[in-house]
Amino acid sequence: MPDATPRQAEPMLEVQDLARYFDVSRPWLQRVLAGEKRRVLRAVDGVSFSIPKGTTLSLVGESGCGKSTVARLVVGLYRPTRGRVLFDGQDLEQARADAAQRRRMQMIFQDPYASLNPRWRIRDIIAEPIRAFGLTPDKAAQTLKVQELLTQVGLSPQDGEKYPHEFSGGQRQRISIARALSSNPEFLVCDEPTSALDVSVQAQILNLMKDLQQRLGLTYLFISHNLAVVRQISDRVGVMYLGRLVELAPAETLFTTPRHPYTRALMEAIPDLEMSGRQRIPVGGEVPSPINPPPGCPFHPRCPLANARCRAEVPVLIPARSTPEALVACHAVEEGRDQPEAPLPAQRIGTTATAL
Amino acid sequence: MSDAPLLEVKDLRVEFPTRRGTLVALDGVSFSIAPGEVLGVVGESGAGKSMTGAAIIGLLEPPGRIAGGEIRLNGRRIDNLPYEQMRRVRGREIGAIFQDPLTTLNPLYTVGHQLIETMRTHLDLSAAEARARAISWLEMVGIPAAAQRVDSYPHEFSGGMRQRVVIALALCAEPKLVVADEPTTALDVSIQAQVIALLKRLAREKGTSMMLVTHDMGVIAETADRVAVMYAGRIAEIGPVREVVKHPKHPYTAGLMASIPPLDRKVEHLAQIEGAMPRLSAIPKGCAFNPRCPKVFDRCRHERPDLMDTGATHAACWLYDKVENYA
Repeated sequence: MPDATPRQAEPMLEVQDLARYFDVSRPWLQRVLAGEKRRVLRAVDGVSFSIPKGTTLSLVGESGCGKSTVARLVVGLYRPTRGRVLFDGQDLEQARADAAQRRRMQMIFQDPYASLNPRWRIRDIIAEPIRAFGLTPDKAAQTLKVQELLTQVGLSPQDGEKYPHEFSGGQRQRISIARALSSNPEFLVCDEPTSALDVSVQAQILNLMKDLQQRLGLTYLFISHNLAVVRQISDRVGVMYLGRLVELAPAETLFTTPRHPYTRALMEAIPDLEMSGRQRIPVGGEVPSPINPPPGCPFHPRCPLANARCRAEVPVLIPARSTPEALVACHAVEEGRDQPEAPLPAQRIGTTATAL
Repeated sequence: MSDAPLLEVKDLRVEFPTRRGTLVALDGVSFSIAPGEVLGVVGESGAGKSMTGAAIIGLLEPPGRIAGGEIRLNGRRIDNLPYEQMRRVRGREIGAIFQDPLTTLNPLYTVGHQLIETMRTHLDLSAAEARARAISWLEMVGIPAAAQRVDSYPHEFSGGMRQRVVIALALCAEPKLVVADEPTTALDVSIQAQVIALLKRLAREKGTSMMLVTHDMGVIAETADRVAVMYAGRIAEIGPVREVVKHPKHPYTAGLMASIPPLDRKVEHLAQIEGAMPRLSAIPKGCAFNPRCPKVFDRCRHERPDLMDTGATHAACWLYDKVENYA
């Protein structure tokens, strides 16, 4: 599969045809008695991308599109059903077996209330990776390092003595970031790190993450459902739908000339503050179940540009006409049936997949 | 607006007695909603926006209680009604939509049953009439094959479809006012757009007033006529939505607006408000926003501002205190 990554930058992470299926069948006896087949949920189904060092790739999509599953596959919390993950050129399995490699990747989770042990002091939470990897055996040096990390994320060194409940959501997310940074990682997987936060606090955390990236040369895989947030933080953006990447493009290209009809529908759906009074056209229907995805292009039941080919043949990710820096999986774009400058054809509000 | 307000909230105060003393969750909240008007209420978690909605529909979680002020619907006080009378008001005169459609719908009854029951409790309808209306309500909110789906159970609907059923349920007894608390927060963005469009259309068609509580300024900008911005249990600013969004007067509103990441451009550094909203147990003296305010001056630390006229909006901020107020 082609890749829009500039050749000069070395990839920190490379993902090739990654897939993860989950067996969601009922227990064996019930299934046999009811005469049911196995039910397989294809959470991620053939995703490829790479992230050059020092840059941010974001994956966006609605619930159930598989973006969080990709995050977990990339750090090795799940094992892939198919495909490969290469971390700095090395197979992820091997990299994870080696503590010196493992400490180079860390993860930040969505919920700062669930991801910090309430019975540990902050200094112990932050020092945990340092101890686990045996980075600084010297106790005094460890304390110093923790204090430095707390300062780095905008907290006070004295906060190390406190417990998680004494902090607000935003401060807890700062603590999560400090913990992730304590093993001197180069690659951070951030799964919706600001989704649980209020908007003014979200701005603080986004600014902090950008500062840290510049200072420490970090590489981010950023998972989010919020396109506006993604625009602020990303170099490249992948849009996921039903376990597949439908568009992968440099952030500027994606936000100025979105090509895939789903990407365009997503942008259209976001309420804006401009109050131009323009009539927005919401995309009809809902995301189909990943257990029984529609044949052909997974978006075809909701797509205003769908034709017979879209219903039969799965499109692959290829450079788009007129914006070749964007990879788009869409027959309409490939055939030139889309009009990137014109709005998408209107759909009746409230129509559903079945009614189309 | 010249018409008498449909809803009038005056100096509302809600308290939570706790072992360590009484927490004041809402303090001096006053606003009104005109017939047919959509009032947006925004704020960050803990600002008191949901609490305000709960107080109006008489569903404050104990031990929370209304400790002062009054709520009038069509001129009649509803904050001190006995439970049974308030139950008649709820549904018939005030409809409610909550964030999570699964907790609003009873999983043991079909959606048709729930719609019919609500309508027959409040309206004088025969069983057959109510069923016909239930089906037409489901059609109105965009449920396909409504005549069959009316006999389905809530779990047989997707999240977006359930929220449509909840909207039908809130509106089916034809209330004058709907209190919608984060009606689209649990939904994905493409479904959210559908539900907002639906709510707007129905409110306009039926002439229903709406109090729309959400943390999403974009939803408010698209839907509301006026907006109240809440902070630490009080209204910081209230006014026409265009003014509040484009020309915010209160420093908190201005900071809040600036911290929303824009979709149409990339900014190097997002504006941020330092710190976090205070807990109810530690609301600062004077203006509650003063420790975070970039324009703070001495008076803000000692005296609490009430809403003041800023021209287009009203803001609780000493910057807008006029000299004649002293005279």
